[in-house]
Amino acid sequence: PPTPEEMAEFQKFNEELVKAGVVVGDGRRHPSSQGKRLRFDGKKRTVIDGPFAETKELVAGYWLWQVRSIDEAIEWLKRAPFDAGTYEIRQIFDTEGM
Amino acid sequence: MTAATEAHRAIEAIWRIESARLIAGLARIVGDMGTAEELAQDALVAALEQWPTAGVPEKPGAWLMGTAKHHAIDLIRRRQTLERKHEEIGRDVERAQKGIGLDVAIDEDVGDDLLGLIFMACHPVLSKDARVALTLRVLGGLTTEEIARAFLVPVSTVAQRIVRAKRTLTEARVRFEVPGGAERMARLASVLEVIYLIFNEGYSATAGEDWMRPGLCEEALRLGRILAELVPAEPEVHGLVALMEIQASRLRARVGPSGEPVLLLDQDRTRWDRLLIRRGLTALERAERLGGAMGPYALQAAIAACHARAATAAETDWPRIVALYDAVAQLAPSPVVELNRAVAVGMAFGPAAGLDLVDGLVREPALEAYHLLPAVRGDLLRKLGRYVEARAEFERAASLTENVAERKLLQKRAGECTAEGTAG
Repeated sequence: PPTPEEMAEFQKFNEELVKAGVVVGDGRRHPSSQGKRLRFDGKKRTVIDGPFAETKELVAGYWLWQVRSIDEAIEWLKRAPFDAGTYEIRQIFDTEGM
Repeated sequence: MTAATEAHRAIEAIWRIESARLIAGLARIVGDMGTAEELAQDALVAALEQWPTAGVPEKPGAWLMGTAKHHAIDLIRRRQTLERKHEEIGRDVERAQKGIGLDVAIDEDVGDDLLGLIFMACHPVLSKDARVALTLRVLGGLTTEEIARAFLVPVSTVAQRIVRAKRTLTEARVRFEVPGGAERMARLASVLEVIYLIFNEGYSATAGEDWMRPGLCEEALRLGRILAELVPAEPEVHGLVALMEIQASRLRARVGPSGEPVLLLDQDRTRWDRLLIRRGLTALERAERLGGAMGPYALQAAIAACHARAATAAETDWPRIVALYDAVAQLAPSPVVELNRAVAVGMAFGPAAGLDLVDGLVREPALEAYHLLPAVRGDLLRKLGRYVEARAEFERAASLTENVAERKLLQKRAGECTAEGTAG
């Protein structure tokens, strides 16, 4: 879990994003122990309770950003006070730009 | 991608992020916007020269600001030897030097600088066109070419507009400041007007082939959201943001598959952006909580919210919309508001009641060339089964609009009236 200092730094970064009009939405996930998975097998559906062992592709949260290009998103993300982990940038379909 | 193109793309993105803060910080030091922008551009040129080989620095914003501030000090010293009074320059240099070495990206003063720059770009001494161009340029970080493309005017026109605007600011001795007291309200109103003008040009382009230019809407929204964070206690800023968020939520739904406009009541509401609606309603609540429910933007946002809350067009609370238009009309009476109110009355109390009000506006000089007057009248006449008159009104509306997509829609409506007339 993050230290209070790390949390404060993250808060500061998030505030900077909000002040720049970049963040339009966000969400943080509860730990996977409270999560559920559904497995599909033909017509059969199986519910699996968390926690889930593999942490490699675990999504812990997301931001929704409005920026003018993916390069801008990259530059913003580079400024994040993270020192480990992988963060992925994906574009959402929307009305085309200017 | 080669390292050089990668660096160039990074520089372009960094410029978009940093340019407004950079120009704002410099304007505080040198006092005028023209010089501040030139210094910022010089720093950009330096980055373009150095970063592709040396790599992008860890804190690019601070690098740009540091470079520009060194230039600023050189410039102030040169001015010193040239003309200006000694004591004044001493202060300038001192001020400039104090700023150097600070991590400007997280400088506490950045917010105030940015606000000062916004007030300067939207100064009432400038024409509306000039304010819009300058705001997009120094606050949006758009190039002259991008602004020209967005407004369908020649690049030289925009370039001239910006040059002249900067000159006007210098000649009028507009200072870099955040106004307070009574002046603040008037100046803030001018800022909000500029942002909404930009939004509206994107939302219903006044001329050209496209019905909308969403890029301008997004830029206006971004500026509005930034402003709302800079002056969180001003209810009308939240009112404006609410209005833009809710209107923008319909962007996807107000254009059909072949680019044709789809009017509010015909829109597929499942295509409205729920996130933007939620943001808009939250901003509206904020405006109301701050005591701003009766502000002009908050009222318009409240009207937009009535539509946003209705799951189908039939569920719209039209009597409430009429009441809100009554409030708008009291606050800022205008024939356009009366026309909108007439539409709401037509929906709430029947087309005959709406038509009565519209007929009272026909001789209004301000609406003489306004295409929406005959469009609204045509709509009401059509609902009353008066197809021949309705057709003539739609044709007149089509001849008055400069927007190609809108003209086609109005011509289509005229055609439908002929069909309905013969069928009935």
